Amino acid sequence: MILQAIFFYLFAGVCIASAIMVIVVRNPVHSVLFLILAFVNAAGLFMLMGAEFLAMILIVVYVGAVAVLFLFVVMMLDVDFAELRHGLLNYLPIGFVVGAVLLAELLFVVGAWVIEPGVPKTITAPIAGDVSNTQALGEVLYTRYVYFFEAAGVILLVAMIGAIVMTLQHKPDVRRQRVGEQLARTRASAIEVVKVRSGQGLP
Amino acid sequence: MTIGLGHYLSVAAILFTLGIFGIFLNRKNIIIILMSVELILLAVNINLVAFSAFLGDIVGQVYALIVLTVAAAEAAIGLAILVAYFRNRGSIAVEDVNLMKG
Repeated sequence: MILQAIFFYLFAGVCIASAIMVIVVRNPVHSVLFLILAFVNAAGLFMLMGAEFLAMILIVVYVGAVAVLFLFVVMMLDVDFAELRHGLLNYLPIGFVVGAVLLAELLFVVGAWVIEPGVPKTITAPIAGDVSNTQALGEVLYTRYVYFFEAAGVILLVAMIGAIVMTLQHKPDVRRQRVGEQLARTRASAIEVVKVRSGQGLP
Repeated sequence: MTIGLGHYLSVAAILFTLGIFGIFLNRKNIIIILMSVELILLAVNINLVAFSAFLGDIVGQVYALIVLTVAAAEAAIGLAILVAYFRNRGSIAVEDVNLMKG
Protein backbone atom coordinates (compact mmCIF):
# COMPACT_ATOMS: atom_id res chain seq x y z
CA MET A 1 0.00 0.00 0.00
CA ILE A 2 2.90 2.34 0.77
CA LEU A 3 4.42 1.41 -2.58
CA GLN A 4 1.18 2.38 -4.31
CA ALA A 5 1.24 5.75 -2.57
CA ILE A 6 4.85 6.36 -3.55
CA PHE A 7 4.13 5.57 -7.19
CA PHE A 8 0.95 7.66 -7.15
CA TYR A 9 2.81 10.73 -5.92
CA LEU A 10 5.66 10.07 -8.36
CA PHE A 11 3.36 9.78 -11.37
CA ALA A 12 1.07 12.62 -10.29
CA GLY A 13 3.95 14.95 -9.47
CA VAL A 14 5.80 14.37 -12.73
CA CYS A 15 2.55 14.59 -14.68
CA ILE A 16 1.61 17.96 -13.18
CA ALA A 17 5.14 19.33 -13.42
CA SER A 18 5.43 18.39 -17.08
CA ALA A 19 1.96 19.83 -17.75
CA ILE A 20 3.22 23.12 -16.29
CA MET A 21 6.29 22.91 -18.52
CA VAL A 22 4.06 22.30 -21.56
CA ILE A 23 2.41 25.67 -21.19
CA VAL A 24 5.34 27.80 -20.01
CA VAL A 25 8.32 26.54 -22.00
CA ARG A 26 9.51 28.70 -24.88
CA ASN A 27 10.38 26.16 -27.52
CA PRO A 28 7.32 24.30 -28.92
CA VAL A 29 9.42 21.20 -29.58
CA HIS A 30 10.26 21.03 -25.87
CA SER A 31 6.58 21.62 -25.21
CA VAL A 32 5.65 18.55 -27.27
CA LEU A 33 8.26 16.47 -25.47
CA PHE A 34 6.89 17.53 -22.09
CA LEU A 35 3.42 16.65 -23.36
CA ILE A 36 4.73 13.15 -24.08
CA LEU A 37 6.12 12.95 -20.54
CA ALA A 38 2.77 14.06 -19.11
CA PHE A 39 0.93 11.40 -21.08
CA VAL A 40 3.34 8.63 -20.09
CA ASN A 41 2.86 9.53 -16.43
CA ALA A 42 -0.90 9.67 -16.88
CA ALA A 43 -0.62 6.16 -18.32
CA GLY A 44 1.17 5.23 -15.10
CA LEU A 45 -1.76 6.64 -13.11
CA PHE A 46 -4.16 4.59 -15.23
CA MET A 47 -2.06 1.54 -14.53
CA LEU A 48 -2.28 2.21 -10.77
CA MET A 49 -6.06 2.34 -11.07
CA GLY A 50 -6.14 -1.02 -12.81
CA ALA A 51 -7.01 0.22 -16.28
CA GLU A 52 -4.12 -1.47 -18.06
CA PHE A 53 -5.67 -1.47 -21.51
CA LEU A 54 -6.37 2.26 -21.46
CA ALA A 55 -2.84 2.91 -20.19
CA MET A 56 -1.33 1.05 -23.14
CA ILE A 57 -3.76 2.72 -25.57
CA LEU A 58 -2.83 6.10 -24.13
CA ILE A 59 0.83 5.44 -24.85
CA VAL A 60 0.18 4.01 -28.32
CA VAL A 61 -2.28 6.69 -29.42
CA TYR A 62 -0.83 9.77 -27.79
CA VAL A 63 2.89 9.17 -27.67
CA GLY A 64 2.93 7.13 -30.86
CA ALA A 65 0.54 9.11 -33.01
CA VAL A 66 -0.66 12.44 -31.69
CA ALA A 67 2.59 13.70 -30.19
CA VAL A 68 4.54 12.70 -33.29
CA LEU A 69 1.93 14.49 -35.38
CA PHE A 70 2.45 17.59 -33.24
CA LEU A 71 6.20 17.27 -33.67
CA PHE A 72 5.88 16.99 -37.44
CA VAL A 73 3.67 20.06 -37.63
CA VAL A 74 5.88 22.12 -35.31
CA MET A 75 8.94 21.30 -37.37
CA MET A 76 7.17 21.69 -40.71
CA LEU A 77 5.82 25.16 -40.07
CA ASP A 78 8.46 27.81 -40.45
CA VAL A 79 7.19 30.11 -37.72
CA ASP A 80 9.08 32.52 -35.53
CA PHE A 81 7.83 31.19 -32.23
CA ALA A 82 9.68 33.80 -30.21
CA GLU A 83 7.58 36.48 -31.85
CA LEU A 84 4.42 34.61 -30.92
CA ARG A 85 5.28 35.01 -27.27
CA HIS A 86 5.18 38.79 -27.39
CA GLY A 87 2.31 40.21 -25.43
CA LEU A 88 2.37 37.18 -23.21
CA LEU A 89 2.00 39.20 -20.04
CA ASN A 90 -1.16 40.91 -21.30
CA TYR A 91 -3.17 37.78 -20.73
CA LEU A 92 -1.39 36.64 -17.60
CA PRO A 93 -3.65 38.38 -14.99
CA ILE A 94 -6.93 37.28 -16.54
CA GLY A 95 -5.48 33.81 -16.96
CA PHE A 96 -4.47 33.68 -13.33
CA VAL A 97 -7.89 34.86 -12.20
CA VAL A 98 -9.80 32.36 -14.32
CA GLY A 99 -7.42 29.55 -13.43
CA ALA A 100 -7.50 30.27 -9.71
CA VAL A 101 -11.29 30.49 -9.61
CA LEU A 102 -11.64 27.29 -11.59
CA LEU A 103 -9.11 25.42 -9.48
CA ALA A 104 -10.74 26.62 -6.25
CA GLU A 105 -14.14 25.49 -7.46
CA LEU A 106 -12.88 22.11 -8.58
CA LEU A 107 -10.98 21.51 -5.34
CA PHE A 108 -14.04 22.50 -3.30
CA VAL A 109 -15.99 19.91 -5.23
CA VAL A 110 -13.28 17.31 -4.73
CA GLY A 111 -13.07 18.11 -1.01
CA ALA A 112 -16.77 17.87 -0.32
CA TRP A 113 -18.10 15.07 -2.46
CA VAL A 114 -19.85 12.00 -1.15
CA ILE A 115 -21.05 9.10 -3.23
CA GLU A 116 -24.79 8.82 -3.02
CA PRO A 117 -25.85 5.52 -1.45
CA GLY A 118 -28.04 4.64 -4.41
CA VAL A 119 -25.16 4.74 -6.88
CA PRO A 120 -23.86 1.18 -6.38
CA LYS A 121 -27.27 -0.14 -7.42
CA THR A 122 -27.06 1.68 -10.74
CA ILE A 123 -23.83 0.07 -11.88
CA THR A 124 -24.43 -1.32 -15.33
CA ALA A 125 -21.34 -3.44 -15.97
CA PRO A 126 -19.44 -4.41 -12.82
CA ILE A 127 -15.77 -5.20 -13.21
CA ALA A 128 -15.32 -8.94 -12.97
CA GLY A 129 -12.54 -9.92 -10.65
CA ASP A 130 -11.29 -13.00 -12.44
CA VAL A 131 -10.69 -11.72 -15.97
CA SER A 132 -8.11 -9.26 -17.18
CA ASN A 133 -8.93 -5.65 -17.76
CA THR A 134 -8.64 -5.99 -21.53
CA GLN A 135 -11.03 -8.93 -21.64
CA ALA A 136 -13.53 -7.23 -19.36
CA LEU A 137 -13.43 -4.09 -21.51
CA GLY A 138 -13.80 -6.08 -24.71
CA GLU A 139 -16.76 -8.07 -23.43
CA VAL A 140 -18.63 -4.85 -22.74
CA LEU A 141 -17.39 -2.80 -25.68
CA TYR A 142 -18.29 -5.28 -28.40
CA THR A 143 -21.69 -6.24 -27.04
CA ARG A 144 -23.55 -3.59 -25.13
CA TYR A 145 -21.66 -0.57 -26.46
CA VAL A 146 -21.04 -1.76 -30.00
CA TYR A 147 -22.80 1.28 -31.44
CA PHE A 148 -20.45 3.57 -29.52
CA PHE A 149 -17.58 1.57 -30.95
CA GLU A 150 -18.94 1.97 -34.48
CA ALA A 151 -19.50 5.68 -33.90
CA ALA A 152 -15.88 6.03 -32.79
CA GLY A 153 -14.79 4.34 -35.99
CA VAL A 154 -16.94 6.69 -38.06
CA ILE A 155 -15.45 9.68 -36.21
CA LEU A 156 -11.95 8.49 -37.02
CA LEU A 157 -12.89 7.91 -40.66
CA VAL A 158 -14.37 11.40 -40.98
CA ALA A 159 -11.32 12.91 -39.31
CA MET A 160 -9.00 11.03 -41.64
CA ILE A 161 -10.89 12.08 -44.76
CA GLY A 162 -11.15 15.66 -43.53
CA ALA A 163 -7.44 15.92 -42.75
CA ILE A 164 -6.49 14.49 -46.14
CA VAL A 165 -8.90 16.77 -48.01
CA MET A 166 -7.65 19.84 -46.18
CA THR A 167 -3.95 19.21 -46.62
CA LEU A 168 -3.82 17.56 -50.04
CA GLN A 169 -3.08 20.01 -52.81
CA HIS A 170 -2.77 19.49 -56.54
CA LYS A 171 -0.13 21.63 -58.11
CA PRO A 172 -0.87 22.32 -61.76
CA ASP A 173 2.74 22.24 -62.91
CA VAL A 174 3.62 18.82 -61.54
CA ARG A 175 4.17 16.15 -64.23
CA ARG A 176 2.32 13.06 -63.13
CA GLN A 177 1.48 9.84 -64.88
CA ARG A 178 -1.97 9.69 -66.50
CA VAL A 179 -2.58 6.04 -67.16
CA GLY A 180 -5.85 6.57 -69.03
CA GLU A 181 -4.29 8.81 -71.64
CA GLN A 182 -1.40 6.43 -72.05
CA LEU A 183 -3.67 3.49 -72.66
CA ALA A 184 -5.90 5.46 -75.01
CA ARG A 185 -3.06 6.26 -77.38
CA THR A 186 -3.45 4.81 -80.85
CA ARG A 187 -0.96 4.44 -83.63
CA ALA A 188 -2.60 7.30 -85.51
CA SER A 189 -2.31 9.77 -82.63
CA ALA A 190 1.16 8.78 -81.58
CA ILE A 191 3.16 8.33 -84.78
CA GLU A 192 3.48 10.64 -87.71
CA VAL A 193 5.57 9.65 -90.73
CA VAL A 194 7.34 12.63 -92.23
CA LYS A 195 9.03 12.61 -95.58
CA VAL A 196 12.42 14.26 -95.22
CA ARG A 197 14.21 15.42 -98.32
CA SER A 198 17.86 14.75 -98.34
CA GLY A 199 20.07 17.77 -97.81
CA GLN A 200 17.25 20.07 -96.59
CA GLY A 201 15.98 18.75 -93.31
CA LEU A 202 12.66 19.70 -91.76
CA PRO A 203 11.37 23.24 -92.08
CA MET B 1 -1.66 6.43 3.65
CA THR B 2 -4.10 4.97 1.21
CA ILE B 3 -4.75 6.55 -2.16
CA GLY B 4 -8.43 7.21 -2.67
CA LEU B 5 -10.67 8.62 -5.31
CA GLY B 6 -10.11 12.16 -4.08
CA HIS B 7 -6.41 12.02 -4.89
CA TYR B 8 -7.04 11.15 -8.51
CA LEU B 9 -9.79 13.75 -8.79
CA SER B 10 -7.39 16.37 -7.40
CA VAL B 11 -4.76 15.49 -9.99
CA ALA B 12 -7.40 15.69 -12.72
CA ALA B 13 -8.62 19.06 -11.42
CA ILE B 14 -5.09 20.47 -11.42
CA LEU B 15 -4.44 19.19 -14.93
CA PHE B 16 -7.73 20.65 -16.16
CA THR B 17 -6.87 24.03 -14.65
CA LEU B 18 -3.41 23.92 -16.21
CA GLY B 19 -5.03 23.29 -19.58
CA ILE B 20 -7.36 26.27 -19.18
CA PHE B 21 -4.48 28.42 -17.96
CA GLY B 22 -2.35 27.35 -20.91
CA ILE B 23 -5.02 28.57 -23.33
CA PHE B 24 -4.92 32.01 -21.68
CA LEU B 25 -1.15 32.07 -21.38
CA ASN B 26 -0.41 31.22 -25.01
CA ARG B 27 -3.11 33.21 -26.72
CA LYS B 28 -1.04 33.63 -29.88
CA ASN B 29 0.45 30.19 -30.32
CA ILE B 30 -2.28 27.91 -31.57
CA ILE B 31 -0.10 24.79 -31.34
CA ILE B 32 0.22 25.24 -27.57
CA ILE B 33 -3.52 25.87 -27.42
CA LEU B 34 -4.13 22.52 -29.11
CA MET B 35 -1.77 20.87 -26.61
CA SER B 36 -3.70 22.52 -23.77
CA VAL B 37 -6.92 21.04 -25.16
CA GLU B 38 -5.21 17.66 -25.11
CA LEU B 39 -4.33 18.23 -21.45
CA ILE B 40 -7.95 19.08 -20.66
CA LEU B 41 -9.17 15.90 -22.35
CA LEU B 42 -6.55 13.92 -20.45
CA ALA B 43 -7.89 15.33 -17.18
CA VAL B 44 -11.40 14.27 -18.17
CA ASN B 45 -10.09 10.80 -18.95
CA ILE B 46 -8.43 10.54 -15.56
CA ASN B 47 -11.75 11.48 -13.94
CA LEU B 48 -13.64 8.86 -15.93
CA VAL B 49 -11.14 6.10 -15.21
CA ALA B 50 -10.93 7.03 -11.52
CA PHE B 51 -14.69 6.79 -11.06
CA SER B 52 -14.73 3.59 -13.09
CA ALA B 53 -12.06 2.01 -10.91
CA PHE B 54 -13.41 3.12 -7.55
CA LEU B 55 -17.07 2.40 -8.26
CA GLY B 56 -16.26 -0.93 -9.90
CA ASP B 57 -18.06 -0.11 -13.13
CA ILE B 58 -16.24 -0.67 -16.40
CA VAL B 59 -18.47 1.63 -18.45
CA GLY B 60 -16.34 4.58 -17.42
CA GLN B 61 -13.39 3.04 -19.22
CA VAL B 62 -15.52 2.56 -22.33
CA TYR B 63 -16.34 6.25 -22.26
CA ALA B 64 -12.68 7.09 -21.70
CA LEU B 65 -11.91 5.11 -24.84
CA ILE B 66 -14.47 7.15 -26.80
CA VAL B 67 -13.03 10.40 -25.43
CA LEU B 68 -9.56 9.21 -26.47
CA THR B 69 -10.83 8.61 -30.00
CA VAL B 70 -12.41 12.03 -30.20
CA ALA B 71 -9.23 13.63 -28.85
CA ALA B 72 -7.11 11.94 -31.51
CA ALA B 73 -9.54 12.98 -34.25
CA GLU B 74 -9.60 16.54 -32.91
CA ALA B 75 -5.80 16.75 -32.92
CA ALA B 76 -5.62 15.49 -36.50
CA ILE B 77 -8.30 17.89 -37.75
CA GLY B 78 -6.91 20.84 -35.79
CA LEU B 79 -3.40 20.32 -37.12
CA ALA B 80 -4.73 19.89 -40.66
CA ILE B 81 -6.59 23.20 -40.37
CA LEU B 82 -3.40 24.74 -39.00
CA VAL B 83 -1.30 23.48 -41.91
CA ALA B 84 -3.85 24.66 -44.49
CA TYR B 85 -4.08 28.05 -42.78
CA PHE B 86 -0.31 28.43 -42.64
CA ARG B 87 -0.07 27.53 -46.30
CA ASN B 88 -2.54 30.25 -47.23
CA ARG B 89 -1.35 33.06 -45.00
CA GLY B 90 2.20 32.29 -43.97
CA SER B 91 1.56 32.77 -40.25
CA ILE B 92 -0.33 31.04 -37.47
CA ALA B 93 -1.15 34.10 -35.35
CA VAL B 94 -4.53 33.56 -33.73
CA GLU B 95 -5.41 37.24 -33.92
CA ASP B 96 -5.59 37.09 -37.70
CA VAL B 97 -7.99 34.19 -37.80
CA ASN B 98 -11.02 36.44 -37.44
CA LEU B 99 -10.28 37.62 -40.97
CA MET B 100 -11.72 34.33 -42.15
CA LYS B 101 -15.29 35.39 -41.39
CA GLY B 102 -17.82 35.81 -44.18
